[in-house]
Amino acid sequence: MSPEKLDLLQGTLDVMVLKTLAAMGPMHGYGIARRIEQVSGNEVLLNQGTIYASLVRIEQRGWILSSWGTSENNRKAKFYAITEAGRRQLSREAAYWERLTGVMDKVMAMERRQAEEGELA
Amino acid sequence: MSILRRYRERGRAFLSKAQLDAELEAEIAAHIDLATDENLRLGMTPAEARRQALISFGGMNMAKDQQREARGLMKLDILMQDLRYTVRSLGRDPGFTVVAVLILALGIGANVAVFSVVNTLLLRPLPFPNAEQLVWIAPPPSKCGMSCGTYSTDAYDTFRAQSRSYQDVTGYFAFSGPGNLRLSFGGAPIPATSIDVIQNFFQVLGVQPAMGRAFTPEDARNGAAPVILLSDAWWRRQFNADPAIVGKAFNMNGQLTTVIGVLPKSFDFGAVFSPGAKVDALTPLNLYGPPRDWGNIITMIGRMKPGVPVAQARAEAQFVAPQMCWNNKYAQSCGQYKDAVVPVGLKDYVSGKLRRSLFVLWCAVGGILLIACVNLSNLLLARAAARSKEFAMRGALGASRARIVAQLLTESLVLSTAGAALGLGFAFAVVGWLAHQGAVALPLLTTLHIDGAALGWTVLIAFLTALLFGLLPGLRMASGSLQESLKDSGSGAGQGRKHERLRSVLVVSEVALACVLLVGAGLLLRSFLKVLDVDMGFQPEHAAAVNVDYDDSAPTQLATIAKREVIFQQVLARVGAIPGIQAVGISDYLPLGQNRAWGTPFPKGVKRPDKMPAGPLVYVVTPGYIRAMGTRLRGGRDFTWDDKPTGENVVMIDEAFARFMANYANWPDGNPVGQIVDSNGSDLRIVGVVEDVHEESSEGETGWQIYYPATQASPSGAHLVIRTTLPPDTMAASVMGALRELNPKQTAAEFRPLQTFVDHANSPRRFFLLLVASFSVLGLLLAALGIYGVISYSVNQRTQEIGIRMALGATLGQVQWEVIGKTLKLALVGIALGTIASLLAARAIAALLFGTAPTDPAAFAGMIVLLGGVSLAAGWIPARRASRINPMVALRNN
Repeated sequence: MSPEKLDLLQGTLDVMVLKTLAAMGPMHGYGIARRIEQVSGNEVLLNQGTIYASLVRIEQRGWILSSWGTSENNRKAKFYAITEAGRRQLSREAAYWERLTGVMDKVMAMERRQAEEGELA
Repeated sequence: MSILRRYRERGRAFLSKAQLDAELEAEIAAHIDLATDENLRLGMTPAEARRQALISFGGMNMAKDQQREARGLMKLDILMQDLRYTVRSLGRDPGFTVVAVLILALGIGANVAVFSVVNTLLLRPLPFPNAEQLVWIAPPPSKCGMSCGTYSTDAYDTFRAQSRSYQDVTGYFAFSGPGNLRLSFGGAPIPATSIDVIQNFFQVLGVQPAMGRAFTPEDARNGAAPVILLSDAWWRRQFNADPAIVGKAFNMNGQLTTVIGVLPKSFDFGAVFSPGAKVDALTPLNLYGPPRDWGNIITMIGRMKPGVPVAQARAEAQFVAPQMCWNNKYAQSCGQYKDAVVPVGLKDYVSGKLRRSLFVLWCAVGGILLIACVNLSNLLLARAAARSKEFAMRGALGASRARIVAQLLTESLVLSTAGAALGLGFAFAVVGWLAHQGAVALPLLTTLHIDGAALGWTVLIAFLTALLFGLLPGLRMASGSLQESLKDSGSGAGQGRKHERLRSVLVVSEVALACVLLVGAGLLLRSFLKVLDVDMGFQPEHAAAVNVDYDDSAPTQLATIAKREVIFQQVLARVGAIPGIQAVGISDYLPLGQNRAWGTPFPKGVKRPDKMPAGPLVYVVTPGYIRAMGTRLRGGRDFTWDDKPTGENVVMIDEAFARFMANYANWPDGNPVGQIVDSNGSDLRIVGVVEDVHEESSEGETGWQIYYPATQASPSGAHLVIRTTLPPDTMAASVMGALRELNPKQTAAEFRPLQTFVDHANSPRRFFLLLVASFSVLGLLLAALGIYGVISYSVNQRTQEIGIRMALGATLGQVQWEVIGKTLKLALVGIALGTIASLLAARAIAALLFGTAPTDPAAFAGMIVLLGGVSLAAGWIPARRASRINPMVALRNN
């Protein structure tokens, strides 16, 4: 694991899991973990094992459901599916992230502009 | 919503742990398999594929822990784990566990018991609905006893009609003596005690009979059929809890009296209004019959309107009082209650006087708990020292400091919970015993029980003690350096030394606390002995009293007196002739019992001062009474049977009253004997002067007394007093036999040694002394245990060192002396600090002492000797053990 990988912010993993399930349909834990790794271009620092704490947390909140099933290569695995409440939560979270990134972009931009103004003065 | 749901799920997860764990295992196994499959597809060797899968997964146990933490209640899991561990480790050390739990049980039990007493007497409202509205209406306390504490029926009526602050005002007849009710089933009448109450008594107090009905105004009219309400206790005892008792009629005092109801168990007249006395029944007081002319007989109780403060009622009483008349027929008797009508909260009246004593008791028992905590701290420290390596090891393996403190606190919590459970049992026993001390003149004692508040208090102090005694050793353990503890061989190295210093500090504080308790108990003991030493003005030893029934009804007053004289003479002659009886006499009232006054006699012909003090207490007695009581005649003579109703009216007075009158009269040598005083318009010749008698309590000042001969004044009953050469108890049968022979209707009255009157008067003091003394003995024992623990531990720690020194030639005496010297040092420092603290504490309880200075040297010297001696004994045992150390064995050990 290279030190340059991104450390996950608290709570972001839950959103990633929800989004993955919303986009990909029912999946098992390993599948979700792999999918996140792939989508992030292997940029996030993810011990695959930590996905299970996240799964149980959001399942207890009623945002996903789980059931045992069989994988494509015939292994018994626990599959997770997003619920209606989960989708609502996801859209709330998505809106939040959009706002936050928007604000972050502006803040970062402001810093550059200020620095430029400082040089001019 | 999702938060709530989550907690519900977490709770469920906590409960179905095993199943969820198995599921997680399966899920993780599937994860690894799936990852391995994929790696195989990428062309890895099976071994490499699995290895890579495990690497990507990350820390297996960490993932599981994270998942468990996310799904369940980790804190609770840890607590359960700590609890299991604690129970196991305490089980391995049963000696320590038993001692610790016992110490805590005593400390907590004593606290819960005293809390129950304080709660019942002080904190809880009286057992009546809206009890805060109830007030006791009486004049400020004065010398003339109950006559000055009561009101006439006219005064009561005026007060009730004129006052606006009250929903209603009631009262009861204050002069009913014990045994005033004679219940007859045909044989010898059975004595019982009943109180006449104004018919609205139960409405005002808000008490509903458990069966039947309360009194109505009709029950108190002239010519009403006699009715009675039974107390729960008497109904059970005398009438076998007859469920159909209401409506039955019995012969009481010669009248067929109908039982109209039974009072609830929660209502005990005696417990509230006359502590230590048993009241069996209540009867309606007819305000419009003869009591109209009996003068001051009613004690008043009012229920204020909702929201009216006591201060307002008090202010109003100032205006109403001057309109109240002693007797409406005599205009000059109006206004005499000015400043003599003061409402106070009923609760204050009942238990206000005890506030200070109870507070002291509470402090004492708190001191016990502190000592117990210090002791436990000490024991835990010793235990922790022995376990320091275990904790260092756990620390080295990654346990956080908080985790170790939590573990130690769990241990103390388990101990204190066990102690509290046992202590509660102990408190139940003590409280049960106290509730049956009916003879102790303390209010509400019979209503004592462990209630919800006491249980809450138990939980609270269990937690507090756990914190108090667990925190110090916990922090101490967790703060030590790991390295040092791991290296520490346990005998004399750094950590051990530090522990020992801390433990010594604890022991010193324990000894100091015990000091304060002992001094307090010593001072109270000295006070009690002083009270017992008080010259009562009569000799209670070898004397007894019994109620005599007689029937002196006759057509004229002279005939009545003549008939009574014959009866009294017969009784005295008959009983006086019984072998073993030295002296006999009759009085209608006895000291330390009820009392009354008939105004203030004054030297004839001398102008009375404007402000007359209240009059002396009146006793109507036969010749021989003062000799039977053991009251010394100071001058003049006793009454004789020649003091006839037709002759000159004579009286005897006590010295204090004689001195008061001599201040105004010009008596030769101030000698009152032979002088004439004026009392309510009639002349009385003083024929004798007797010593002052303590008529209300041993501790209070003596009031004034005046004695009238039973041949001239009307007695309101007859107490036969006998003085014996044998123990008075042994005379009961023969005296009762003689009385019954003379009067077959004589009640099977209680035969009471005079000492019981004195004991009853002293019972509150005796009660508090008993409690404080047992607490201080407990404190002493705990302190001794603490000293023993520390010294014994240090001897154990230094076994090797002592062995070497003995091998090198130290004598037994030297080794012993060193250990004892160490003990003495601890004890002396503790005693010195304790003495200073005691001096402060003693000043705080000065008001509770009688004839004893707060700096009483005997109490302090006693404490020093006792504590010193006990400390020596506690140190001597380990010292002996030290001197028995076999050098060879000691050196081979370790």
